[in-house]
Amino acid sequence: MKQITGLKQKTVLYLLIAVLIGGIVGIGTFTFGYAKGASYLKADSQSCANCHVMQGHFDAWVKSSHGKFASCNDCHAPHDSAVSAYYCKARNGFFHSLAFTTGDFEENLRITDYNRSVTEQACRKCHTDLVHQIDILAIGELNKNASERVESNACIRCHSTVGHDT
Amino acid sequence: MKKQTGQISVSTLLLVAVLSAGICFGVVALLTNIFERKQEARTTIMRVVEIDDNTTDPAVWGKNFPLQYDDYLKTADMVQTTYGGSEAIPNGHKEGDPRDIVSRSKLEMIPQLKQMWAGYGFSKDYREKRGHAYMLTDQLYTERQKVGQPGTCIHCHASTYGAMKELGDGDILAGFEKLNTMPYMEAKEHVTHPVACIDCHEPDTMALRITRPAFMEGIADYKATQGIEDYDVNRDATRQEMRSYVCGQCHVEYYFKGDKKRLTYPWTEGLTVDAAYEHFEKENFKDWTHAETGAPMLKAQHPEFELWSQGIHSRAGVSCADCHMAYKRVGAMKISDHHIRSPLLNVNTACGTCHKSDDQELIARTEIIQSRHQKLVKVALNSVIDLINDINAAKANGVSEEKIKEAQQWQRKATFYVDYVEAENSSGFHAGQEAARILGESIDYSRKGQNALR
Repeated sequence: MKQITGLKQKTVLYLLIAVLIGGIVGIGTFTFGYAKGASYLKADSQSCANCHVMQGHFDAWVKSSHGKFASCNDCHAPHDSAVSAYYCKARNGFFHSLAFTTGDFEENLRITDYNRSVTEQACRKCHTDLVHQIDILAIGELNKNASERVESNACIRCHSTVGHDT
Repeated sequence: MKKQTGQISVSTLLLVAVLSAGICFGVVALLTNIFERKQEARTTIMRVVEIDDNTTDPAVWGKNFPLQYDDYLKTADMVQTTYGGSEAIPNGHKEGDPRDIVSRSKLEMIPQLKQMWAGYGFSKDYREKRGHAYMLTDQLYTERQKVGQPGTCIHCHASTYGAMKELGDGDILAGFEKLNTMPYMEAKEHVTHPVACIDCHEPDTMALRITRPAFMEGIADYKATQGIEDYDVNRDATRQEMRSYVCGQCHVEYYFKGDKKRLTYPWTEGLTVDAAYEHFEKENFKDWTHAETGAPMLKAQHPEFELWSQGIHSRAGVSCADCHMAYKRVGAMKISDHHIRSPLLNVNTACGTCHKSDDQELIARTEIIQSRHQKLVKVALNSVIDLINDINAAKANGVSEEKIKEAQQWQRKATFYVDYVEAENSSGFHAGQEAARILGESIDYSRKGQNALR
């Protein structure tokens, strides 16, 4: 008698827990889909404009000098390893979502130091040959670590609008 | 094989339930937030009431434009900046003045002003500015009312478009002339709101428009100096010009011309301080006679539009609204922020569009300009005071009439020049170099006046 009720109780409990967890997974999956979550795992620039905050940047990028050659990720995600690329996407994804959900952000948007250095290194990835010459002339020696380069010699200090002029 | 006799306790069950409820709560909250954000992206204007050219109450317009109206109401906020903003200090209990809060008295802060304006209403009461919401009250209870003020003041201290139309039977120019000739206390009976939607906006299209006759005439005078004849501002101005002109309807130097107290902007020679002074010389105009020296004096008042027009931002095509009503995003819509205020209270949005430095740096740059300006203002004011004292002494010592007359003329000019930038509400920021030039010349005129008495 007792054992049966014990078993029954347990079954009911496990069922209940399964229902709860299933509920979470279900709602979570729907939310993920509704928010176009999968698009963020790919490299399509359009997905950055899922949030309308980025629409202006996206529109400007389409018309910019880099619009036909570089995607958002090409300039805004690191290229040294998949780990750092996904770290960058996760970090920005989290903080962007947080800001957009709470509404706690300023416009005009300003790039953070971390993202600024990501972009700076991205310039140097494609334009190595050119930059190499400039660095030798400007600094007198080649500094292996691009992130330690002097700000005065940063590409985006002068060329801040080549990606999108907003 | 162990027999499982593990029982899950009720508390574990509760914990799982609470935990999953929390997670579900959070995920659903996120879901609805994403839903809301997606809806925001689709926001459009919803017209729920009809607005026409006789709808003077901004609250009615606000039903169709709630976002703009909410911001407009915020001009009641009082936040100070280092050299401006909108101010609030407790009001001492004065007779016939019900205001709890007023702005600081500039006469207390800058004692030179009392002597500079001796014999004129401004030496009785002159205060720092406050937001648009207070334009009616602060005008009504200034001590200067005791001197008696003309209805002309209403032109810019209230929403007068409706009143002018009514008084002129549809002709705002006729209504404007009627208001000018009334005493202030009578004129105020015709108005109810501080500056409102209808004063700047076309009710059908929301396009900007000029409603103040004094500006229409003034800007036409100015354009004529540029070789543009028959300038009709509502027909000929560009959209970007309008974003400054609507402010220029009031934020200008003005005077009351003739017996009819017709409100006039002294722009027949141009928009500079020199042009204004030249205009007054030609008109042989004076605001008052200086109580101590007897000089024929001019009072300058808040020429923000003119000073801005001499500055670098104007040169770059940046309008008043670009900084004082900077675009802001609400959802996916961009609207002009109708909380008109000092850009220093809204630095990222107001300056950041063009200037990529951080807020602190931008405030610092502004305040460098303003503090330098204030130092120079002090020098110029002291110079004027020196001249006034010298004229007073010269009169007592029997210096020739001719010399005194010449010194009085210099006093008139020096005072007008220093007043022009002192009364201007940007502490020199609207055109830093121009303001410094004006102050330099003012100092020079004061010293020339002293020399004339030798």
